[in-house]
Amino acid sequence: MNLTLKIWRQKGPKDKGSMVDYKVSDISEHMSFLEMMDVLNEQLINEGKEPVAFDHDCREGICGSCSMFINGEAHGPDRGVTTCQLHMRMFKDGDVITIEPFRAKAFPVIKDLVVDRSSFDRIQHAGGYISVNTSGNTQDANAIPISKHAADEAMDAATCIGCGACVASCKNASAMLFVGAKVSQYALLPQGRIEAVDRVKNMVAQMDLEGFGNCTNTGACEVECPKGISLENIARMNREYLFANIKD
Amino acid sequence: MSGFFKSSIGRKYAMALSAFFLMIFLLQHFAINILSVFSPEAFNEASHFMGTFWAVQYILQPILIFGVVYHFVMGFILEAKNRSARVKSYARNNGGANSSWMSRNMIYSGLAILAFLILHFIDFWIPEINTKYIQGDMSGLLPDGDYRYYEELTHKFVSPLRVGAYVIAFVFLSLHLMHGFSSAFQSVGASSMRKEKLQTFGKAYAILLPLGFIIIALYHHFNH
Ligand code: HEM
Ligand code: SF4
Ligand code: FES
Repeated sequence: MNLTLKIWRQKGPKDKGSMVDYKVSDISEHMSFLEMMDVLNEQLINEGKEPVAFDHDCREGICGSCSMFINGEAHGPDRGVTTCQLHMRMFKDGDVITIEPFRAKAFPVIKDLVVDRSSFDRIQHAGGYISVNTSGNTQDANAIPISKHAADEAMDAATCIGCGACVASCKNASAMLFVGAKVSQYALLPQGRIEAVDRVKNMVAQMDLEGFGNCTNTGACEVECPKGISLENIARMNREYLFANIKD
Repeated sequence: MSGFFKSSIGRKYAMALSAFFLMIFLLQHFAINILSVFSPEAFNEASHFMGTFWAVQYILQPILIFGVVYHFVMGFILEAKNRSARVKSYARNNGGANSSWMSRNMIYSGLAILAFLILHFIDFWIPEINTKYIQGDMSGLLPDGDYRYYEELTHKFVSPLRVGAYVIAFVFLSLHLMHGFSSAFQSVGASSMRKEKLQTFGKAYAILLPLGFIIIALYHHFNH
């Protein structure tokens, strides 16, 4: 198929940037979206032009780096997939496809479609871990009884890949689904309860500091999340946050 | 608890709590208004009680005013903060693909409600305060000895313009609550707003209550 691409080009963090039109032809519907971008970049290199910079790594939906806002949605129109898993069969011949970087104050553009998501790392550093002594006499995790229900919910929350689609989709650029998942993943397990009060307080404080917006519960994040992280995690984080503040 | 209400989540709690209060108030307001359809006497009695009982006037009324002002001021603050969290907006954004119109436009439905509240204040509340506290007439009576409340109410619903504004405002209230009701439960962490029962109950409240107010207005408009 032949496509017109409208892509955000920006030379660097300080550059103003603009949308630029490109044409690609003979795109196979079996290609992934990133392979289609590879075709474009090859074409640009052959023409002696600067290729479009975009993040990618695993290309199998687990690293979360392939951030692209495609036709008005994070990771494009398909559900439950990252951009690398998005297939060109979702589009048809003659389509005009708009491709923009994830936009949020806390995700500044580095170049073209590449954004700096280290704000997520700093939120993780603030509490997204448990402290255990790993010097050799650590208790076997299986020795701690955990209900199937809690284990399942914690596992679901832990599937968050930190891609930032929730922030990109939210009209408020809120990071609450991400932080809700990271808080929940530990809050549901006995190993995580020990530091639960500090964890939720510190992670929320860092989230606010980074300049993410507030949640209006539109639910856009949940719909666009490639891992199906549920809004329940935000409700749980809110509860955890209230109780943590009462306890202190 | 220091700093709780300055945090993003604390603000959500504050927003939801003020909203819960408003939603309960609205039920009570409806319960009294609907009396006017069935029994002018009962409506007069209830209005006189609410208008003169000290606990309502000096405790509940100030709390209500605070609740309303708090809710919309916080709404503006959140809106401003949320806008500033995205410096550059998307060239193309398909919000309809992942969220309801109501949820994305709470500030606009809210502004419409605020415009109505201002009208409502000028219409009902300021004349009430004037009669009771400036002219000092706490009797609630007309010169002919009847209670004045029912008389005043029916008078307000004569003008088709006012009734029209009233109906439009309640449509916006319905839109606001279509998202707001379940959203408030999610904000306080009581329940995920995706729970089916909560959704059904919320939609029922958001449609039936404003509809009830509209029916009362139309009833008086076409009956007097
Ligand atoms: C006076 C004018 C009003 C304005 C300007 C206003 C504005 C807003 C805004 C902007 C929000 C979204 C806040 C957010 O980002 O989460 C909101 C939420 C809400 N509003 Fe209003 N509102 C008004 C009146 C009302 C009234 C009269 C009611 C109910 C009777 C109401 C019920 C709610 C509810 C239930 C929510 C959801 C709370 C939550 O998500 O936690 N609002 N309002
Ligand atoms: S919650 Fe979903 S959308 Fe948000 S960062 Fe995690 S995986 Fe990505
Ligand atoms: S490249 Fe790793 S998730 Fe897409």
